[in-house]
Amino acid sequence: MKPTDVRDPEYFHKVVDCQYACPAHTPVPEYIRLIAAGRYTEAYKVNWDSNVFPGILGRTCDRPCEPACRRGRVEEENQDKPEPVAICRLKRVAADHKDAAAIRALLPAPAAEKNGRRIACVGAGPSSLTVARDLAPLGYSVTVFDRDPKAGGFIRSQIPRFRLPESVIDEEVGYVIDLGVEFRGGTEIGSLRDLLAQDFDAVFVGSGAPRGRDLDLPGRREAAANIHLGIDWLSSVSFGHTTKIGRRVIVLGGGNTAMDCCRTSRRLGGEDVKVIVRSGFEEMKASPWEKEDAQHEGIPILNYLVPKTFEHRDGRLVGMTFEAVRAEYDARGRRRLVPTGEPDRFFECDDVLVAVGQENAFPWIERDCGIDFDEHGMPVVDKVTFRSTHPKVFFGGDAAFGPKNIIWAVAHGHDAAVSIDRLLQGEPLEERPPPGVSMMSQKMGIHEWSYDNAVAPEARFKVPWADAQKALASIRIEVELGFDAATAFKEAQRCLNCDVQTVFTPKACIECDACVDICPMDCITFTPNGEEADLRQRLTAPALNLAQALYVQDGLKTGRAMVKDEDVCLHCGLCAERCPTGAWDMQKFLYTKTHAGPACRGRDGARKESERRAA
Amino acid sequence: MTYLAKPKLHHPSLERNRVGYLRRDYEGKISTLCAGCGHDSISAAIIQACWELDIEPHRVAKLSGIGCSSKTPDYFLGNSHGFNTVHGRMPSVLTGANLANGDLLYLGVSGDGDSASIGLGQFAHVMRRGVNMTYIVENNGVYGLTKGQFSATADQGSKSKRGVANTDSPIDMVSLALQLGATFVGRSFSGDKAQLVPLIKAAMAHQGAAFIDVVSPCVAFNNHAGSTRSYDFVREHNEAVNRLDFWPSREAITADYPAGEAIDITQHDGSVMRLRKLDADYDATDRVRAMNLIQMRAAQGEVVTGLLYVDPDPEDLHRHLNTVEASLFTLGAAELSPGAATLASINASLR
Repeated sequence: MKPTDVRDPEYFHKVVDCQYACPAHTPVPEYIRLIAAGRYTEAYKVNWDSNVFPGILGRTCDRPCEPACRRGRVEEENQDKPEPVAICRLKRVAADHKDAAAIRALLPAPAAEKNGRRIACVGAGPSSLTVARDLAPLGYSVTVFDRDPKAGGFIRSQIPRFRLPESVIDEEVGYVIDLGVEFRGGTEIGSLRDLLAQDFDAVFVGSGAPRGRDLDLPGRREAAANIHLGIDWLSSVSFGHTTKIGRRVIVLGGGNTAMDCCRTSRRLGGEDVKVIVRSGFEEMKASPWEKEDAQHEGIPILNYLVPKTFEHRDGRLVGMTFEAVRAEYDARGRRRLVPTGEPDRFFECDDVLVAVGQENAFPWIERDCGIDFDEHGMPVVDKVTFRSTHPKVFFGGDAAFGPKNIIWAVAHGHDAAVSIDRLLQGEPLEERPPPGVSMMSQKMGIHEWSYDNAVAPEARFKVPWADAQKALASIRIEVELGFDAATAFKEAQRCLNCDVQTVFTPKACIECDACVDICPMDCITFTPNGEEADLRQRLTAPALNLAQALYVQDGLKTGRAMVKDEDVCLHCGLCAERCPTGAWDMQKFLYTKTHAGPACRGRDGARKESERRAA
Repeated sequence: MTYLAKPKLHHPSLERNRVGYLRRDYEGKISTLCAGCGHDSISAAIIQACWELDIEPHRVAKLSGIGCSSKTPDYFLGNSHGFNTVHGRMPSVLTGANLANGDLLYLGVSGDGDSASIGLGQFAHVMRRGVNMTYIVENNGVYGLTKGQFSATADQGSKSKRGVANTDSPIDMVSLALQLGATFVGRSFSGDKAQLVPLIKAAMAHQGAAFIDVVSPCVAFNNHAGSTRSYDFVREHNEAVNRLDFWPSREAITADYPAGEAIDITQHDGSVMRLRKLDADYDATDRVRAMNLIQMRAAQGEVVTGLLYVDPDPEDLHRHLNTVEASLFTLGAAELSPGAATLASINASLR
């Protein structure tokens, strides 16, 4: 194998599994250390810079970081139930425990001087608000339109209050609006052409995926009064228009919206609430913890039942019939649902909530105003620049590539803001700014490091819950209570500090084997170099996780190579402590995505901007 | 030294041996030796060897004297019996323990000071007597604990860290052991576990006095240019006469070599040593020739390593003395005090 080029920021970036998996590349270990140090406000700021909504995400994020977390792999065969660090809930700790006054001082101020460029954002959801946050402090005049009276989009309209209190939404949406963003609530954009005619320099479409998919089955029309589309119903609950539901409720669908629907039903009078899903339990789209939360509230999930008819009597819904199926997989692993031949099953109910998916809808975009749509009715959007086929129109969030989640919307918003900034500074959009990177040795003394290198043995700590009876009594009582400071510290200590990198300098190495002997996880091997597949087999411990890189360095006196399997490294620094020559060092690698602003522009852009201002 | 205990977490693929232990279960406390000390590698090799041999930790007694090397038994086999003796007196304590309880596996760990200076007399006699043990000398050529004076094994002409050449003749532990009657003699290098681990395994299976001299660089005081015990010097001058594979029994053999390239030596306990010759002139079963060759190569400045001599059918001290089969602690009052009639008959036999 060729020696690893650690000057390429992507190499060490990939070692920080959580940050790499986060669409917005939040420097997770960095803020977890701040939480452990009790510096909640700074931890919040690290989050805010990357993901804009730490308090909201700390309760609702889809947390792609957690399945990626190295701690989960490290605990295999070491802990009864291997689990990642509770990254998402630690984020919430930063939000809950921060100093409200101090954080204000850390956030950027509204631009002192406007630069004369006007940006329109359609929809006030997470992607639009991210664009606004990135561009407004730079001097852009950003106007955000939404049909709802308050900003937040799906965060406000669809996430139930028992998961996300409104005060948290108000606070974090407020931080963005207070940057001098003009918010026009209650304003539905009916025509893109009209909007473009208002002379905006750029338009960002972050209008979400606002239409729930319907189920056109026999009886749908006759029983319509008691059949509701999940997202519309949730939104109606959020705004207080709906306050009750029938005693017996069937929720159709296996995604997170279905989970929100069933748990909300339990709080609005639904006593016998069940979720009925076509697929098996494992294949359900809902996050595992959301399924767990629903079951925890006594909601059964019935699988492999395909809805067939809505049964009604005298114009009233009385129940639903389902066909039992089983999954069969063809040679290419594709699933097919095959009827089992058992008699159809009938379930009585008073109401049905349909949460079988969402669709994008762009009735307000004229098809001849320069934006191409694909065969699925989705706009053609560049995956890197987020620009549509119209030079001034950008898309992000669910409106760009279909339903995802908040953290993806935020990531899209950052990228679109970079594109808009570069566009308006006269720079090519395809060239993207490199990330900000710093490497710093953590060595303080012979055995002292500026991070806690001891590995905490504890299993993952559970987040306390409100009493189940009390929680089910009201839609507004938050179910999860969040870690207290003491538990947060202990959970934070489970973090392995994967951003503190093991950096090897071959010319200092005397090949004494001290690092090999001390490494608790058998990560390090000195061996003749070879092809990767061969090397992976003959290391001290076989490197079978192909998703994790081998760190290879040559140039040793014996002609061997140093090969380190990054997979289950504890980042404990013992290799560096036991190294007599300092060939190993522990260096903190901080990777920050470059957002809109001077850092994302080239020299040309800076020059043109100053010329423009001078003129 | 380090202040952080090695985390208990281990690699998920780590396997249990036949007695149910992970390799990590054979570890001891965290080493307090200097970072990069060769001794730590030897500890790691002992841990690896004991795990591979499926040894139950409570069946091992590790004994040592005083010195850097003699501290190491604290850093491996944390669940075995241990005895830190007076300086240079480990051989006699080991002999006594062995006589009292011959059922344990005895592992003597010592250094060049402990065995070649203050304990040279004890070393000589434990080898002569053929005590059933594995005796490892961690040989770095200096007194590390007292800041790096030459030890008795330092080569003539070897330079100290200050640049002063050693004028005294060295004691060659391997030649001494061969001359004094050890029935298993090897030499290895702490930086070469592929050679060291099978040697330790074969030595622990050997039912007689087994001696291994392990060259172990002292990173703090003897790893500079001009030293003959540095990592670089030993790597350059290492002359392995053979490569050893070890299996606990003939059935367990897992590797094969073309005929003529390797010879098998079966030890008394059924274990098999397969020796691949790297030096055509070398015969590890011929003690006199082995001594000759070691002297010749030493004169050329080479460090001869490998399994240097083995007697596959050794006699040990218990056999020499015709002791009882049972360990002394299992004997009851009746056996230990057989009564006046027995005494009378012994006395009669001596008249």
